[in-house]
Amino acid sequence: MNIHIKNGRLIDPKNRIDAQRDVFVAEKRIAAIGAAPDGFVADQVIDAAGLIVMPGLVDVAARLREPGFEYKATLESEMEAAVAGGVTSLACPPDTDPPLDEPGLVEMLKHRARSLNLCRVFPVGALTYGLKGAELTEMAELTDAGCKAFGQADAPLTDTRVLLRAMQYAATFGYSVWLRPQDSFIARNGVAHDGEVATRLGLPSIPVVAETVALSTMLHLARETGARLHVCLISSAAGVELVRAAKREGLAVTCDVSMNHVHLSEMDIGYFDANCHLAPPLRSLRDRDALRAGLKDGTIDAICSNHSPVDEDAKQLPFAEAEDGATGLELLLPLGLKWAEQDGVPLLDAMKLVTVNPAQLIGQKVGYLSVGAHADLCIFDPDASWVVEPAALKSQGKNSPFLGYEVRGRVRYTLVEGQVAYQSNN
Amino acid sequence: MNNPQLNKNGELQHLLSTEGLPAPILRNILDHAATFVSAAEGSEIKKVPLLHGKSVFNIFFENSTRTRTTFEIAAKRLSADVVNLNIGSSSASKGETLLDTVGNLCAMHADMFVVRHAQSGAAHLIARHVAPEIHVINAGDGRHAHPTQALLDMFTIRHFKKEFHNLRVAIVGDILHSRVARSQIHALTTLGVPEVRVIAPKTLLPAMVGKLGVQVYHDMRQGLRDVDVVMMLRLQNERMQGALLPSAQEYFKYYGLTQEKLVQAKSDAIVMHPGPMNRGVEIDSSVADGANSVILPQVTFGIAVRMAVMSMLAGAK
Repeated sequence: MNIHIKNGRLIDPKNRIDAQRDVFVAEKRIAAIGAAPDGFVADQVIDAAGLIVMPGLVDVAARLREPGFEYKATLESEMEAAVAGGVTSLACPPDTDPPLDEPGLVEMLKHRARSLNLCRVFPVGALTYGLKGAELTEMAELTDAGCKAFGQADAPLTDTRVLLRAMQYAATFGYSVWLRPQDSFIARNGVAHDGEVATRLGLPSIPVVAETVALSTMLHLARETGARLHVCLISSAAGVELVRAAKREGLAVTCDVSMNHVHLSEMDIGYFDANCHLAPPLRSLRDRDALRAGLKDGTIDAICSNHSPVDEDAKQLPFAEAEDGATGLELLLPLGLKWAEQDGVPLLDAMKLVTVNPAQLIGQKVGYLSVGAHADLCIFDPDASWVVEPAALKSQGKNSPFLGYEVRGRVRYTLVEGQVAYQSNN
Repeated sequence: MNNPQLNKNGELQHLLSTEGLPAPILRNILDHAATFVSAAEGSEIKKVPLLHGKSVFNIFFENSTRTRTTFEIAAKRLSADVVNLNIGSSSASKGETLLDTVGNLCAMHADMFVVRHAQSGAAHLIARHVAPEIHVINAGDGRHAHPTQALLDMFTIRHFKKEFHNLRVAIVGDILHSRVARSQIHALTTLGVPEVRVIAPKTLLPAMVGKLGVQVYHDMRQGLRDVDVVMMLRLQNERMQGALLPSAQEYFKYYGLTQEKLVQAKSDAIVMHPGPMNRGVEIDSSVADGANSVILPQVTFGIAVRMAVMSMLAGAK
């Protein structure tokens, strides 16, 4: 199927293009940009006048909840949410039930995802069996099955000897290790940042030092083993500073932050809003500003949604008992645009953090629009505003700290592998 | 952010926390409570028909005989019908969620809920989900708030000290885990106490306690110097686990209130405790039963203050 996308403003962060250009899609690939290739006959013409044409978004942390948590969300509902949000590739953490610790499970997930034919799914394999932090998984076999990295999701890995071995083993094969830095002893039972709001509300807290202690350990082990370390969901100013210093030193370390933490702080908890019960916790305004500075200077490589749909009942509980997590796939683009506008970041630089950069983290040739590249595109109206409310979300999870917010940026078309996977007029 | 405790006329709709309540409302509650005390004047507070025909449900997800009893007495003296429910510490173990439990009770035509729960924010959650004609009183939620305790403490302070604007008050003990301390601090600062001190080891203080408008002391003798009011907190036995404290003995030595430490305070200082007391852990018997102690009047005033809160809520439209 040949598609001609005309009159749109093309933004391709990797190739540093921000200009009015037509895009021609043929044979699942980008056939040409600018002028039509010889003999091109369009089967479909998409008029993108007033719209932005961009590589499909790449999200390095989106929970699809399958297998095991289908009551929270299903592969189908969340992949529909992904393409509705312009996300064409996503990496899913291994904390399913059972966790992604066996090649068969990974193959099944890949197969299920492929048969739904919506977006690309790249599993992150479990670093240890059952995410229990004791025995290494068969990382090479899991890689053959389709895993792109190995991690523990939110499960603790307290045994530093196991962590050392896991990083050594991963380094043997050049696999990257994805870890969220949180010392599980210091953070035990905590549900909110150890700041003003937790002090006022009497919430058990997680101090910043829980992040920096764990992060320091990881960085020491990365230096020792030569493993490629990806720091997931950094949350604090001190954490950003540690990553910045490690990069300056030349360590093979990368880092992401969730879109929630780019916008929110502990203050948003208000009177115990359980939708703001997130992991890691929302921290102070000063921390949030440091995260934004880390995005600007390249310390933080990517922004993810950390999409974690939760069923309604699990949020209708006192704050500490409510399950953590928020839906996010459909908010990644509008909240990314909002950040770019607020901080005066040119779209070319801002959108790099949700396209080509995260694509590099999962080692995939997606997230850009050169001739010959996969025709994964997101075409959106940057001026269309909409209100975040349950009915506006495809995700089965309706839990979001942004409920009631008016945001701008609505996806009109999402193309995956040259096929229209999503289309909307409002 | 709307204050969930006030209705659109600025009247008290729920009592969830002393935080965010304007000083006139706090003073109004104390004045109202005074009418129930003076009506009795030394003898028992007599029964009044203010809540006649109303149903008050005491829902205790966490056991507390004392607090529940004082609420029960207060409601009965207002002629309300009282229903007591001890649901135990874990509602989840019964398979029913907190909001389902509350929903069922709403269907039984309750007018007022008095709620205690082990989790911070439970009373706010319930208040958000009840019908607008139902009032919620927080009788203690996790570490967050225990507003009626703080109000009876304010009543006691005003009774003995008359004014708030010239006082120096010290709160001593486990501030970190204490809903009482948080509610006391907000009430004291709102009512204009110029100097509120907290005295505790670093393990028993929340991270940003200074942001609550208090001065922090780790040395009890220094902290008690020239204070007018000493408010002791109960130390839960489980604090010895979790590496917060080494032993009750060492705690008593450094943070227990003894006559020898109390001499640092003003000679007419009053000593308060929310109860139940651990004698020999946070307070020495000679102080608890001594001339400066107002611990028993606190209990008596507690009934009047709870009557005041309930009758004001019932009067709110």
